Amino acid sequence: MDKSINKPFLLAGVLIVLVALPFLANAAGYPALTSLATRALIYGIAAASLNLVLGYGGMVSFGHAAFFGLGGYVVGILYQHYTQDDMLLGLIPGTNQLLVTLPATLLVSGLAAALIGALSLRTGGVQFIMITLAFAQMLFFLFVSLKTYGGDDGLIIRRANELPGLNMRDKQTIYYVYLAIAAIFFFLLWRIVNSRFGNVLVGLRQNERRMAALGLPAYRYKLAAFVISGMGAGLAGCLMANFLRFASPDMVHWTKSGELMVMVVLGGVGTLFGPLIGAAAYTILEAVLASWTEYWQLGLGFILLFVVLYTHGGIQALFARIGGRRP
Amino acid sequence: MSRPILSVKGLVKRFGGLVATDNVTLDVRPGEIHALIGPNGAGKTTLISQLVGELRPDAGTIELEGRGIGGLSTARRIRLGLARTFQITCLLPEYSVLDNVAIAIQIRQGHSFRFWGNVRHDKALREAAIGFLDTIGLAPRADEQVANLSHGEQKQLELAVALATEPRLLLLDEPMAGLGHTESRQMVELLKGLKSQVSMLLVEHDMDAVFALADRISVLVYGRVIATGTAGEIRDNPEVRAAYLGEGDEAC
Ligand SMILES: Nc1ncnc2c1ncn2[C@@H]1O[C@H](COP(=O)(O)OP(=O)(O)O)[C@@H](O)[C@H]1O
Ligand SMILES: [Mg+2]
Repeated sequence: MDKSINKPFLLAGVLIVLVALPFLANAAGYPALTSLATRALIYGIAAASLNLVLGYGGMVSFGHAAFFGLGGYVVGILYQHYTQDDMLLGLIPGTNQLLVTLPATLLVSGLAAALIGALSLRTGGVQFIMITLAFAQMLFFLFVSLKTYGGDDGLIIRRANELPGLNMRDKQTIYYVYLAIAAIFFFLLWRIVNSRFGNVLVGLRQNERRMAALGLPAYRYKLAAFVISGMGAGLAGCLMANFLRFASPDMVHWTKSGELMVMVVLGGVGTLFGPLIGAAAYTILEAVLASWTEYWQLGLGFILLFVVLYTHGGIQALFARIGGRRP
Repeated sequence: MSRPILSVKGLVKRFGGLVATDNVTLDVRPGEIHALIGPNGAGKTTLISQLVGELRPDAGTIELEGRGIGGLSTARRIRLGLARTFQITCLLPEYSVLDNVAIAIQIRQGHSFRFWGNVRHDKALREAAIGFLDTIGLAPRADEQVANLSHGEQKQLELAVALATEPRLLLLDEPMAGLGHTESRQMVELLKGLKSQVSMLLVEHDMDAVFALADRISVLVYGRVIATGTAGEIRDNPEVRAAYLGEGDEAC
C-alpha cells in the first residue's frame, strides 16, 4: 500500500546521499549540516512514530511529547546517578551506556504509553486529543517540579552515552550511529504498516464500525499501536538527549507535541517516509528562517498553510505528483 | 422442530420517549430465511443493531443457538457466527474490493497481532477473497477502489464481506434497496443459493423478493411485531393488510 517502498532505486539513492552527507557537508564548507541532518533523523523517528497512530490509525494524539521527553529523562536521570554513583530509588544503578539506556527508554516509554493509552483510548475524537494532551502536561509539570533532576533547568548530560568501540563524542560518529538506528527503525515500521496488524489499524481509521462488524475487538489493537508509537517517540527522545547532551521539560512541553504533528502534516499523513521528509523540512526551515527573523514560527505557519491547502497530502504527495505518479 | 438458531424474547429499546423496539419476540430456525418487513421507521435497523450489539436493549434476551449473547461485545457476537450487512453501506472506502473481503477473512482467521509478513502478499488470503467475490459476481472488480463502485456494487460487496466472516446467521438490512431490477433478481437468486449454508434474518422492502425468499415473515409496525407467519398467512392477515400491505401501495 505504500508506494514509496516500491521505488527501491529512489530509496537506495537517498540512502547513499545520507551516507555521503557528512563528507558533502565538509566539502561544501558547511559542516553544521551534519548536525542538522542528525536532528532531522531524530525528529523523523519521533514524527513517524506519531504517524503510526495519527496517520495510519486515525488516533490524533496531542501528547506524544510525553514519550519523547521520557526518553530524554531516562538518559538524563541514569546519567546523573552514574556520575553521583548512587542508586535511582535506592534500587537502580546509573549508567552511561547506550546499550542500557536505549532498552531502558523503550521499556519506560512503552509502559507509559500502555498506561496513558489504556485510559485515553476509552474515548475518541476531541476527547482523545484533550486527554493525551492532559497526560503530557501532567508529566511536564512533574519534571518541572522534580528539583533533584534539575526542575525547570533540566539535566545536563556532560558526555553522551557510550557505545563500545565507538567515539560517541564525534559528531560524525553520532550521525552514523543514528542513521543506522533510523534505518532499522524505518525497516521495522515498514514491516508493521504492511502487516496484518497494519491492515486492521488502517481499517480502523477508515471505518471503525465496519471493523467491529467484522468481529475485530478494536481497543487492543489501538492500544498496541499506541504502545509501539510511544516506544518510537521514546527512542527519539533518548537519541535527542544524547545528541544535545541535555534533557529538559521543554522536551515534554505541549509545543513539542505540536511540532511533531506539524512535521507529520508537512511531510504527509499516513505515509511511511512522509514524517521523515517533514522532519527534515521542519529542521531546515527552522534553521533558515530563524537566521532571518526571530518571528520564524510565523513564516513556518504560512508554509504549513500552503502545504495543507495546496499539496493534498504533504511534501511526499507533492514529490509524487511532480514525479508524475499519483501518491 | 429443531432449536432456533436465533431467539429473541421481549426485546425493548427506547430512544427517549420513542419505543423503537416494543417487546419484540421472534426466532430464526436453522436453514430458514425469516423476513422482517414493516414501514420506514418501524424499528427494523434498530433491531438488527441490538442483535449485533451496536445498541444495548433496555430489556429482553437474545440467544444464539441457545446461548445468551446479550452481554457480549459486537466482536464476540461476530465470532460466534453472527454477521450483518448495512442498509447504508459501511465499507472501507480507501481499500480495494479485494482488500475489503480479505480483511474480513483475516479477522475471522484469528488475532491480527502479526507484525511481519506483508498482508497483500498473502496468496491464500487473496485467493480466498477472490472466491467470495466470485460467488457474488464481483470478481472482475476486485482491484477497484470501493469509493469508485456503483451503489449496487457496494451492496453486493456488503454481502461478500459478510459471507467472508463465515456466519451461521446473516442479518441482512435491505440488501436490495437501491438495486436495479436485474441486480435485484441476481441478489434473490444469490440468497436462494446461500440458503443451504446460512440462516438469514432478511429485512427488505421489495415484496417480490420477500415472497420469493422467505420461509416465514414477521411484520413490524411501530416497533411491535403484529404478525408472524408464512407468506400466505401474512398476505391474508387482515391486521397486516390494514396496517401495512394496503391496496397497491408501495411497501416501504
Ligand atoms: N440512535 C437513535 N436515536 C434516536 N432515535 C433513533 C435512533 N435510531 C433510530 N431512531 C428512531 O427509531 C425509529 C426506528 O428507526 P429504524 O430502526 O432506523 O427504522 P427502520 O430501519 O425500520 O426504517 C425511527 O423513528 C428512528 O427515527
Ligand atoms: Mg432501516
